[in-house]
Amino acid sequence: MRTCNPCIAVAVVILSPTLMLAGTISGKVTYTGTPVKQKPISMAKEPSCEKQHPTPITTETVVTGANNTLENVVVYISAGGDEANAPSQAVTFTQKGCQYLPHVIALHTGQELHVVNGDQTSHNIHPMAKANPEWNKSQPPGAPPIVQKFDNAEFISVKCQIHPWMHGWFAVLKTNHYSITGDGGAFSLPNLPPGKYTVAAWHEDYGTQTQDITITGNETKSIDFSFKAKAY
Amino acid sequence: MGGKIFAVLIVIIALASAVPIISHTFLGASVTPPEDISTHGKAIDDQMSVTMTEAGISFLAAQLILGLFVWQFANRKSGATKTFPGGATAMVIVAFLFVGAEVLALGLVGSKAWATVYFKPAAADAMQIQAQAGQFAFYFRYPGPDGKFGQIHPDKIDEGNSNFFGLDPENDIASRDDITSGELVVPVNKEVQLLLHAKDVGHSFYVRELRIQQDFVPGLDLSVHFTPTKVGKYEIVCTQLCGLGHYNMKSYLTVMSQEDFDKWLKSQSS
Repeated sequence: MRTCNPCIAVAVVILSPTLMLAGTISGKVTYTGTPVKQKPISMAKEPSCEKQHPTPITTETVVTGANNTLENVVVYISAGGDEANAPSQAVTFTQKGCQYLPHVIALHTGQELHVVNGDQTSHNIHPMAKANPEWNKSQPPGAPPIVQKFDNAEFISVKCQIHPWMHGWFAVLKTNHYSITGDGGAFSLPNLPPGKYTVAAWHEDYGTQTQDITITGNETKSIDFSFKAKAY
Repeated sequence: MGGKIFAVLIVIIALASAVPIISHTFLGASVTPPEDISTHGKAIDDQMSVTMTEAGISFLAAQLILGLFVWQFANRKSGATKTFPGGATAMVIVAFLFVGAEVLALGLVGSKAWATVYFKPAAADAMQIQAQAGQFAFYFRYPGPDGKFGQIHPDKIDEGNSNFFGLDPENDIASRDDITSGELVVPVNKEVQLLLHAKDVGHSFYVRELRIQQDFVPGLDLSVHFTPTKVGKYEIVCTQLCGLGHYNMKSYLTVMSQEDFDKWLKSQSS
């Protein structure tokens, strides 16, 4: 295979300053106290979904991992970052087994959202938007994905009235620097040019916390967030 | 000639229409109502039969008399028209009395069946369960060991968190042990009083086998009571058009032995 050595050289020269000075903010989200026990969901009214869950799934308002780690927390740059354009790639939100997969998605303002129905039943997707126009669309089984965009940043609670237990969130952000904690509660915000940033961590039940942090160069800074669990 | 053919046609149509009415009483399962699983259901079924028979006989008699008159007088070319004795007013009065007596008789006889469900209050020891209808699902609430329902706070309704009734366990102690279920589960041979609460618009609670159909009316807390007599699983459907998801608004009634019910209730509260 022939490689273009001058091209690589040029690319390295152009890209190296940015690559060299790209900091990362990483850390972990935990909770203190005892979170409320999640309740099992009865899908009795929708047998096609009920049989997909031999053990009933539970509500996902507070999802925790080992060592008091907290999942489904959206960690993002809320101030100081460049308000880059929306990526051209769409974000997919799937309805499967009468559950939203994943429970929380994040997307940039103006970024395409594809809502997919992977079930044998109709769903209605109802994002209860406040800063954006509210919509409510029905999606029968086998229907093409619903394609939508949100122009304003906000956290939108998403519901399906046909299956009232279904609940999810759209985190519409003005930044592409975000991370949603999964199992282990870890997050990482890479490729941050030097600057002063405000990092926000949002949880659907516990609210938002912020921390200020300065990135000076090619470094990885560690910050942690800790939420106080609610008893009810 | 045409008039006589028309008269025969009327009689044929009348007899053909009577087939389903007669088959309701004499033919097999395909036209009989679904299995009855309640103590009051027999009275309702009997009343339905009485109404069907009475209305069927009246219908047949009216059609046959009509046929007779058409046969007799359709081809008359001339001659004086006979009017009802006493004229139109008398005819309306007689018709009014006839129909009125029929409706009144059916009402008086039928009120007995109706009253057992709707006018007689539930026994003091009936098991109280709250049923909430909302777009587009039913949810049921049991008061838990303390026997008290926690208060409903509409602003606290959070379906994604399974708080379908808007309970406030943080401040309201009575609500802490309330058990919420997506299915109505009841013990067999025990009277149940269902307290109906509409979350949003009008809905209806209908279980064919229970012989109960009662609307949920927003703003009115209505109740129905029944005693299920057969163990099994039956469908609960909404029979009041309530919006986009109405077609899929349903739940299930599961009737269990007292022992199984106690186990189920315990499993729900843990």
